[in-house]
Parts: sequence; C-alpha cells; structure tokens
Amino acid sequence: MKEPAKQETMALNGDEAVALAAKQCDVDVVAAYPITPQTIIVEKFSEYVANGEVQTEFICTESEHSAMTACLAASLTGARAFTASASAGLALMHEMLFVTSGCRAPVVMAVANRALSAPLNIHGDQSDSMAERDSGWVHIYVESSQEAYDSIIQAFKIAEDLNVSLPVIVGLDGFTLSHSLENVDVLSEDTVKQFIGERQLPTVVTHEGKTVPLKLDPENPMTMGPIAFPNYYFEFKRQQQEGMNNALRRIQEVNSEYAELSGRSYGNGLVDTYNLEDAEIAVVCVGSTCGTLKVVVDELRQEGVKAGLLRLRTFRPLPVEDLRKSLANVAAIAVMDKSMSFGGLGGAVFCEIRHALYDEKQHPPIVNYIYGLGGRDTRPSELRGVFEDLIGIAKTGRVEKQVNYLGLRE
Amino acid sequence: MSGKEKSWKEISIAGVCSKSSVGFLTGDWKTYMPVRDLQKCTKCLTCVMFCPEGAIKWQPEKGDIWFDFSFCKGCGICANECPTKAITMILPKEEEKEK
Repeated sequence: MKEPAKQETMALNGDEAVALAAKQCDVDVVAAYPITPQTIIVEKFSEYVANGEVQTEFICTESEHSAMTACLAASLTGARAFTASASAGLALMHEMLFVTSGCRAPVVMAVANRALSAPLNIHGDQSDSMAERDSGWVHIYVESSQEAYDSIIQAFKIAEDLNVSLPVIVGLDGFTLSHSLENVDVLSEDTVKQFIGERQLPTVVTHEGKTVPLKLDPENPMTMGPIAFPNYYFEFKRQQQEGMNNALRRIQEVNSEYAELSGRSYGNGLVDTYNLEDAEIAVVCVGSTCGTLKVVVDELRQEGVKAGLLRLRTFRPLPVEDLRKSLANVAAIAVMDKSMSFGGLGGAVFCEIRHALYDEKQHPPIVNYIYGLGGRDTRPSELRGVFEDLIGIAKTGRVEKQVNYLGLRE
Repeated sequence: MSGKEKSWKEISIAGVCSKSSVGFLTGDWKTYMPVRDLQKCTKCLTCVMFCPEGAIKWQPEKGDIWFDFSFCKGCGICANECPTKAITMILPKEEEKEK
C-alpha cells in the first residue's frame, strides 16, 4: 500500500468534523433547519458561507420538510446537495425522504441521532433514523468523529455512483459523538475534491428515444416524480432495490479506495469486526457504543474469554452475506438496539441479525438488549454483564429471555 | 396487464417523464368553477396572488386577468379572498369545465 496522503490533526467534535467534510466535498447547495444535536453542523457550515470559504448556496428553510425538498430539487438540477437533521426534524422530513430516494437523488444527510418525543428528550439514541429504515436511503452508522468525517466524504462517492444513485444517511450518535471533542485527521481540500470528483449524472431515454442526462434543465424539459400507475410503479421500486444491491459492492470499493488515500478503513465498509475470527461469544452493535464494547472485549480477552464484536456499519443495504460469514460459527450472539420497535419481537437490528442467520445450518442462540434510550449512559460494567449472560447462553444453548432492557430500573 | 409493458430493466430510472409538465392539463376534474362579475372587479389582483395553482394570470396588454381553466382546480380561494366579492363559484355543466 502506498503512503497515505498528508493530513492535519485537528480537535473537532463530530458535528464540526461533518461540517468540514461537507465543505471539502465542494457541496453546491445546503438547505437545513437547526435541531439539536445536529445544530453545530449547520452553524459551522453557515460560518464557511459567511466567510466566503465556500461557494455553496445556503438555504435557511422554514422546516425540515422544506429543507429536504430544497435538497432534492437542487440535486435534480445536477447539484451536490447536503443537509443535516435529527429526531423530530428527521421525522418531519419523512415524506420527502421517500420522494428523494424515489427520484434517485444522491443527497447526503448527516443525522446526529437523537430520541423522539414524547416525553421530550434531546439526547442520543437511534430511534430517529431507525424509524426511516424503509425510506430507501443508504444508512451508515459511525463509531467516532473521525469516522463521521471520513464517512461523509465516502457518502458522496457512494450516493453519486451511477449504479447506486441513492441518497445516504450518515448517522452519528447525538452528543456522544456530535458534541465530543476528538483528534480528527483531516485530508487537504484538494485531496478530498480529487477523491470524490465532479458529480456524474445518470441518463434517461426520452419519448423520442434520445438519451439525455437526468437533470432539470430548461433545454431539455422533463418531469421528475410524476404519477406512475399500478402498471409501472412496482418496476421503479424494484430498480431502487437494485441500487441498494449495487451499493453493497460500492460501499466496499469506496472503503478500500479511501483506505489507500487516508490509511483508514472501517472493516470492509459494511461490517467492522473486532476479535471476531476465533470468538465464541459475540456482540453485534451499531454506532459509538462499539467503542466501549472494544474496551470490554479487550478486558475479557485478557481474562481468556473468547469475546468478539461485530459493528454493523452499513444497516441499509443490509450486508447479509457478511453477517452470515462472520456470525454463523459463534456459540451465542447478543444484539444491541438503541431504539425500540414497540410491540415487535425485539429491536430493528435484532430482527435483521436473527433473520439473516435463520437459513444457516447452525444458527447460534441470539439475545437482544435494548439500551441507551434517551441518552442513558451505557457503562462498561453493563456491557460486561451482556458478555457474562452470553457465556451462560453458550453453555446451555438456550435463551431464557429474548428481549432485555439494559440499564433499566425494573 | 396487456403484456406490452416493459420490465424494470428496460425502463429509465426514477419514473422520469421526458416532457415538460407545462403540458399536463390538471384542471379537468374540478367540481366548481369561478365566475367573475366584471362590474364588481377592481383588478386589484388579490386573486392572482392567492391562487395556489397560479391559474389566474395577469395580461398586461389587456390590463385584465384571465382564469386558466386548464389548471384551475375550482378550490374557491379566489372567491373567498376577493375584497369586492366579484368572484362566485358555480357548478358548471360538464362541457364548460375546461373552457
């Protein structure tokens, strides 16, 4: 591998790292509405605009619904569009998230993950973006501010790939990452611009059989998002699934290309494993808690316990093959969910993991832990308790209680 | 289905229609339609501003407004907002709706 590009170490919190990445990606349009804990991203970006450091058209909209609509429209003119949101703001975008993915607009959005009301809570959990699971966006969850920076850059390259052409959410845990200062290695602006390049446009065939770029252009008038009747709507949804299938490959490629550039990679881009190769018990987790889990895994390894971790970095598209390959041979698995699916059998991540392993000849017992809701701290001692439960489950091969609430007062 | 429809692999993405939407006439399903009393209208253009569809147009050469019934949905906002009550909503005969 060649020498990584020259980098500068800066003290940045997650939000600042995201704003800087968006700046370096030469974004044409940012339309946003402030909401905690995402606020710093847009605040910081508006500073760049005010200082003339970027050429970006910055639109202060009256709501998140309008912010997403403006990003979509900008993206459809061929512009590179970016926004950030969280919690209620993301929920208000709900309708436009589907329109954006349906229009195949490669908008990139940072979500500083935060709980949803009621009761009102501004702290971190993943209920907001997990509720947008089926919105047709690629979902990438990061573990650190460094990864937040890296993933925003990667997100444009993934989203704008012509075989993908889908919007991407980069989720970073509210406060834990968004507001925590960290040493972040930053590439030069030129290096980033060169890495992601100019946005390419997909093409469509007109009624006259002419191939033209998919772009709102007065020279080539076209209608975006018109009605599709029952005889065609279904086909367009199938195309979106193909975009997701292609994203599985593209995310891995971009992860490797970025590793060559920066010296940093996150597993294969889809899953990031830690001491999993020979693990007997494994925890699956999403986001910043994986950092704490690594500490716990280290402790247990020192004590001779074969503990491992799988960090699910890409939640959509779900890397089913990687999950099967990495997890089928462990003796017991615990899946951590930082959101709830009320009335369901466990959390969203639990359902996916259990579902992915169902067809394996040998599927290990799987237990679910809901944790950290509304920003509740999850301590190493509690996570150690999860591994201790797994040792018991691995011995008996049985899960007594499928869904557990970690750190909840009973 | 007729079987002439194409598969998802054969069609362009995103359901884009390669024609301008200006040509899509959307006013043919209205129930009510506005009628203007020329004696009462002061051409204040309040209706032009309030029409959510932009279906009431100002014609500078005639110094007057006109209703574009190809796009008017018959919502009645113009009649409601008209300060001189010059606009009334009527139930037209089928053939009059697209005039």
